[in-house]
Amino acid sequence: MYKINKENLSALFSLIAEANELYVPVSINGAVNFAAWDEDVQVDLDTLKTVKSPKDAFFPQSETLYSCKRNGKKLSITPEELSSKDFVVFGMKACDVKGLAVLDKVFLVDPVDSYYKARREHGIIVSLACSQPEEACFCNVFGIDASSPEGDVQVYMIGDELFWNAVTQKGEKLTEQVKSLLADTDEAKVEEEKASIKAIVERLPYSNLSLDGWGEDAVLLDKFNSPIWEELYKPCLACGTCTFVCPTCQCYDIKDYNTGNGVQRYRCWDSCMYSDFTMMAHGNNRTSQMQRYRQRFMHKLVYYPQNNDGMYSCVGCGRCVDKCPTGLNIVKVIKAFEKGGNK
Amino acid sequence: MQRLIDRAKELLADGTVVRVLGWKKGDLGFNPEPAYFETAEALDSDFIYDGFCGANLSKYMIEASKKDGKTLVFLKPCDTYSFNQLIKEHRVDREKAYIIGVGCKGKLDIEKIKAMGVKGILSVEGASMDSECETLTVKTLYGDKEVSYNEAMLERCHVCKGKEHQIADEVMLESRDTKDAERFAEVEKIEAMSPLEKFEFFKKELSKCIRCNACRNVCPACSCRKCVFDSTKFDEATKANVDSFEEKMFHIIRAFHVAGRCTDCGECSRVCPQGIPLHLFNRKFIKDIDTFYGEFQAGEDTETKGPLTNFTFDDVEPSIVTERG
Repeated sequence: MYKINKENLSALFSLIAEANELYVPVSINGAVNFAAWDEDVQVDLDTLKTVKSPKDAFFPQSETLYSCKRNGKKLSITPEELSSKDFVVFGMKACDVKGLAVLDKVFLVDPVDSYYKARREHGIIVSLACSQPEEACFCNVFGIDASSPEGDVQVYMIGDELFWNAVTQKGEKLTEQVKSLLADTDEAKVEEEKASIKAIVERLPYSNLSLDGWGEDAVLLDKFNSPIWEELYKPCLACGTCTFVCPTCQCYDIKDYNTGNGVQRYRCWDSCMYSDFTMMAHGNNRTSQMQRYRQRFMHKLVYYPQNNDGMYSCVGCGRCVDKCPTGLNIVKVIKAFEKGGNK
Repeated sequence: MQRLIDRAKELLADGTVVRVLGWKKGDLGFNPEPAYFETAEALDSDFIYDGFCGANLSKYMIEASKKDGKTLVFLKPCDTYSFNQLIKEHRVDREKAYIIGVGCKGKLDIEKIKAMGVKGILSVEGASMDSECETLTVKTLYGDKEVSYNEAMLERCHVCKGKEHQIADEVMLESRDTKDAERFAEVEKIEAMSPLEKFEFFKKELSKCIRCNACRNVCPACSCRKCVFDSTKFDEATKANVDSFEEKMFHIIRAFHVAGRCTDCGECSRVCPQGIPLHLFNRKFIKDIDTFYGEFQAGEDTETKGPLTNFTFDDVEPSIVTERG
């Protein structure tokens, strides 16, 4: 265990950035999101949750896969170069780190997504424990410990000091790079902080949310055919806010951008809330907003866990709770089914 | 609030309406959601109307107009402008609506309270319609905090269009004056900037956009059955951008499309997850329309032609744009 005074954070970032690309939570006109670090950005480590999750660093909202160019009768195809430089994402919370485990089960199984895999290999996660969890947090419901986030290095911000604990080999390597700024310390303060976080988590309004009846044991058709969805979806605006701020939503679209004498084939996040999502030649297999709304939650709470040994594709970050324009969210869905007796 | 519930129950019981469109209690005390109620029991257990019921229910009446029977809808003064505009555009059916114009004391923005550094909010006291609307007591995981009601209000309430309902079958509950700022002050500030400063301002704001489409989908003026941005024939530009500022195209096109029809209800800025002040675009258009065609407020009535859809020989020449730089 090491520590560093918060005053030296800028020096720490500078040193990390010498050998790696560095992403940190940055405040731009009041909105905090992960962005590339440089000396001029306004770093914000106090805001608990960035608007968008840091999944962009591994699975960008939009990325080119390959380019095709026509030259006379010749056609050349150039794949996009894979990520080859180490990068550090500093300040990921326990829920967001777990979000990557959800993405891994989609992108790292056969056929492996080489673009994502390259970023996972080169990405170094410095996770930050949540000293003040907030009302919409319910990561504990999914077995996530906000006081001990996974990642390559765990960081705790306590008072004026930042505590640094390397957990993996990647973390050890990063620690070596910045060791000149770190001082040895014991774990007493961190243990105290962990206990404090755990005590707060117990008092969170959603901490006792029950997942009974969901996940691996869910009776799929009972849930799917429940009349409760008809009631739940009605205020939904069919915007993509919930899916775009979510750390586990992984659906994407692949499209061609016409460059005039060729195409750039790119992929970009898609949202199951959108009317053209999964549009096929024969049309769309989900024609109403109720069906689209149901898809999102069935995917998170039933389909994904049934395909992945019970692992849910929600990590309880609560961003959808905070950001839905009409106050809808996954917690209300879980509660409505409990109240409606469909467990 | 009980008076609203009682009146809604009466109108349901005597058959005037078959459903009620209002707001349903949230699970955190500050996240109510728009909802339909069809029974007295549902109204008793779930209906709420307080400072957090900012959602403009006018647009939901497009769908409600397609249903059988009348819908009782609660509209705040500013929401009634949107409803009128939707009547003018033949998007809602006046005959299918029973409108209770409901008083408003200014609506609250939970994001503003959070921006004051209040964390872990469990409940907010002082947001009810019976309260004085001076101070909010915010109960949090980290102790109680006091917050000024006015400082926690949505931007739009600071430039409130007034306490009058533009359309209603009856009016209930008192409203409160909340206007304490000039409507065009922010626009004037931007107009005073140099072109480069303007560009930087909008670049910084619009680069935050994640194209979730919440602004479009909540907007009562955006009522096209299919948006041009959802066209599959136009799809290169809709979901991915070359750089983060490319989303400006979407916002500029949208602002032009709602120009002359936007009532300045402020829903776009209320719902933006990234806190982009989208209303500034629309308000700039409103200011220009006022300047060039005489003062005009969309949604004040259901009959008059809008300045941009009504040609007269006195209309301003397009060259005005180049003349004023």
